[in-house]
Amino acid sequence: MERVPILKLGDILIISIQIDLDDQSVLGLQEDLAERVVATGARGVVIDITAVEIIDSFIGRMLATIAAMCRLLDADTVVVGMRPAVAITLVELGLSLGGVRTALDLEKGVAALGHLHGRDTTR
Amino acid sequence: MTDGGRMPIASNADVVAVRQQVRAVAIEAGMSLIDQTKVVTAASELARNVLVHAGGGRVTVEVVDDGRRRGLRLAFSDEGPGIADVEQALVDGYTTGPGLGLGLGGSRRLVDQFDLTSAPGEGTTIVVTKWARG
Amino acid sequence: MNVHADVARRRIEELLGTSDEQILRRWSALAKAPVDELKELYQALRTALAEEGSDLADIRGLLAELSRDRVRRGHTPSDTARAVFGLKEAVYEVVEADGGPEALRGFIWFSRLIDDLGLYTIETYATAREKVILDQAEQLLELSTPVVKLWDGIVAVPLVGTLDSARTQVVMEKLLQTLVDTGSEHAVIDITGVPAVDTQVAQHLLKTVVAARLMGAECVISGISPQIAYTIVTLGIEFGDIVTKATLADALAYTLRRSGIEFGEGRRTQIAIRAEDA
Ligand SMILES: Nc1ncnc2c1ncn2[C@@H]1O[C@H](COP(=O)(O)OP(=O)(O)O)[C@@H](O)[C@H]1O
Ligand SMILES: [Mg+2]
Repeated sequence: MERVPILKLGDILIISIQIDLDDQSVLGLQEDLAERVVATGARGVVIDITAVEIIDSFIGRMLATIAAMCRLLDADTVVVGMRPAVAITLVELGLSLGGVRTALDLEKGVAALGHLHGRDTTR
Repeated sequence: MTDGGRMPIASNADVVAVRQQVRAVAIEAGMSLIDQTKVVTAASELARNVLVHAGGGRVTVEVVDDGRRRGLRLAFSDEGPGIADVEQALVDGYTTGPGLGLGLGGSRRLVDQFDLTSAPGEGTTIVVTKWARG
Repeated sequence: MNVHADVARRRIEELLGTSDEQILRRWSALAKAPVDELKELYQALRTALAEEGSDLADIRGLLAELSRDRVRRGHTPSDTARAVFGLKEAVYEVVEADGGPEALRGFIWFSRLIDDLGLYTIETYATAREKVILDQAEQLLELSTPVVKLWDGIVAVPLVGTLDSARTQVVMEKLLQTLVDTGSEHAVIDITGVPAVDTQVAQHLLKTVVAARLMGAECVISGISPQIAYTIVTLGIEFGDIVTKATLADALAYTLRRSGIEFGEGRRTQIAIRAEDA
């Protein structure tokens, strides 16, 4: 199983998925992240999927699960960088990730988290 | 690894290997990025089904050509429990496990041809074809 | 193959060898093709004939190449076919001069062979041309679907004319890619110039809006005509929470407001950060 590194930036955790995730690693990431949110008291989580070439129902469900889990732990989640081909495919597959907040790129994702907390990180 | 386009599906790592092989062959067949993404996603769903619902099996990956366009044909087969009600299994959201129940219905939408043969106790065979556009 | 046929066939093979220069020259004139171009074909044919039970794969390959080349150079199908059938006439002249019964009988066999190869050539020509036409149609499609930047962070696709499923798909893919390339969080899909939509097209529009959301961008659809509104409702297509506006101008004003851009006094624009409603 491969571990996805989780970076901490202020009170935000950033996960950048750079590998082709197998199902075991997906479950591992979910668990690692929940622990880190609690341990660090993070208020926000950014999942950067710029490098991700496909999202199937298993990885799609992970994104929804992480968002729901973080909500319970009082942290907001933003998924950033989904490629057009991946988005079109996901819609065709039948997943629209209703409860998941999204942004075009990392910068916009981090800014969105700032706004959610009533801070202005752009100044 | 591969043997004439034939790959085993016996572990999570094999599912990843299938995705990568299908991507490579889709590029070779001249598919657009979107079509590559669709067929790789379908392959990922069907390979996972073989592993999770049938305990393992195999897939054959090949380039096909109908004289006008090229495409990709994937044939998944296993000797698992089979599917009693195929129509029902294809309905979005139907699952007998902890999944989302989108694998079969979703992958059928992502490819151009989808043929499922299965009966209880006789395993499952799914052959899908995706053509490169234009 | 009986003995007679075998002898006849061998006679043709001999003639192809002894009179090769004459045949090639005549063939070249009939086919309106340079001798050099035909020489390779001629050699491949002779090699194939000399080989017992050859499946003519090499020569078919060469003919397919010839057809594709002719398509590219804009030759007509009859020109292309004549290039192959010309060999029949060229050989017939040699057979006639020979006058022997073997040669004549052999020619019937040879003639059938060339007919087959000729038909094969026409077939590959047709396939190659079909492909060229498809490619061109696609290029045209690309050209006729502009995605324009309306404002910093706002792009628009003004759609004009009948939308079919293929065209809608191309436009939508282009729109989503433009969102990434320009870092735009807002898009307006304007269908003022579209007379009607069917279920598939409406579904594509919907899917695009959902895909854009997955990427972190919002789409507004503007210019829905009364007929299209009627279609959407009667088809029972769920437009859900998708924002629609009457005109492109309305849609632009709306997106500008949404993206937090407000017009101040005079020409100055003022950027205000809007807290998104959770
Ligand atoms: N290869 C297979 N062998 C046996 N049953 C299968 C196979 N593939 C799918 N199924 C059955 O069809 C159902 C639907 O499959 P799918 O749509 O992929 O959803 P999920 O995998 O999330 O359950 C599965 O729950 C399972 O009962
Ligand atoms: Mg499944």
